[in-house]
Amino acid sequence: MKASVIVFPGSNCDRDVKVSLEKFNIKTSMVWHADVKLPKSDLVVLPGGFSYGDYLRCGSIASKSRIMKEVITHSKKGGLVMGICNGFQVLVETKLLPGVLIRNINLKFICKNITVKVTNNKTNFTSKTNRNSILEIPIAHNEGNYFANKDLINELEDNNQIVLQYCDTAGNITEQCNPNGSIKNIAGIINKKGNVFGLMPHPERASDELLGGVDGSLIFKSLK
Amino acid sequence: MKLQIIVTLKKDVLDPQGSAIKNSLSTMGFKNIESLRQGKIFEIIVKEKDEKVALSKAKDMCEKLLANLTIEDYSVKAIKE
Repeated sequence: MKASVIVFPGSNCDRDVKVSLEKFNIKTSMVWHADVKLPKSDLVVLPGGFSYGDYLRCGSIASKSRIMKEVITHSKKGGLVMGICNGFQVLVETKLLPGVLIRNINLKFICKNITVKVTNNKTNFTSKTNRNSILEIPIAHNEGNYFANKDLINELEDNNQIVLQYCDTAGNITEQCNPNGSIKNIAGIINKKGNVFGLMPHPERASDELLGGVDGSLIFKSLK
Repeated sequence: MKLQIIVTLKKDVLDPQGSAIKNSLSTMGFKNIESLRQGKIFEIIVKEKDEKVALSKAKDMCEKLLANLTIEDYSVKAIKE
């Protein structure tokens, strides 16, 4: 499998994600946002960071960058796309994923380990996890509060598009363990077609014992 | 021609910054504030003499970049100087 990691001005998890992908034998190239051609890839990763300093709305300016036209074409052809944190914000701004990510309800930047429940393990991104398994992965964001209207939430539920939900260590999805105010404790969703995945937690920061956890590895191992 | 664009959150979208500012004002003694919503203002000068054309361009800018229509509304007006 071949992956491309898109680097925007202000991306800061691009190299970490490359290290994680390569650890799981995925050949990875770094692609600059102003490039016009995407190398032949099975997977495109939009990494975490603060693209364009989070100006206007997080991810909005990155979503209009030149390479994104290629990324959209890649996804329309069925190619895999994964957006982590700021990458997830870019995906909602490009409309490759529905809904929006707004300011955390407590107005604070939250940087801590949280637990998420894998509520859909039949995706190209979670197939190596068990359904309802609990993963401990760090989050680090200021705008991770997933918002969508009722109809859209119903649609996401009906199509099994909610993949990760914030939960407590026992797996209960409660308001107390919702770090940022996301509707339905949403931490990660997939598009209807199943090839575009966005998540706020950083699996690359939990992909090696040295980093303090390996639960994120399951996401990288699932990629196919 | 100078244009002013105001982008605000839609009524049913939670505005935690607006609530924090409202609470702060109340603490400072500004009582009886019923509601406070925060938004953004863009002032844009365009090389265009026809107001109708300028406004239609501004609307296009809002829909394509300046506002996220899932959560935000916008209004556009020309400013006479």
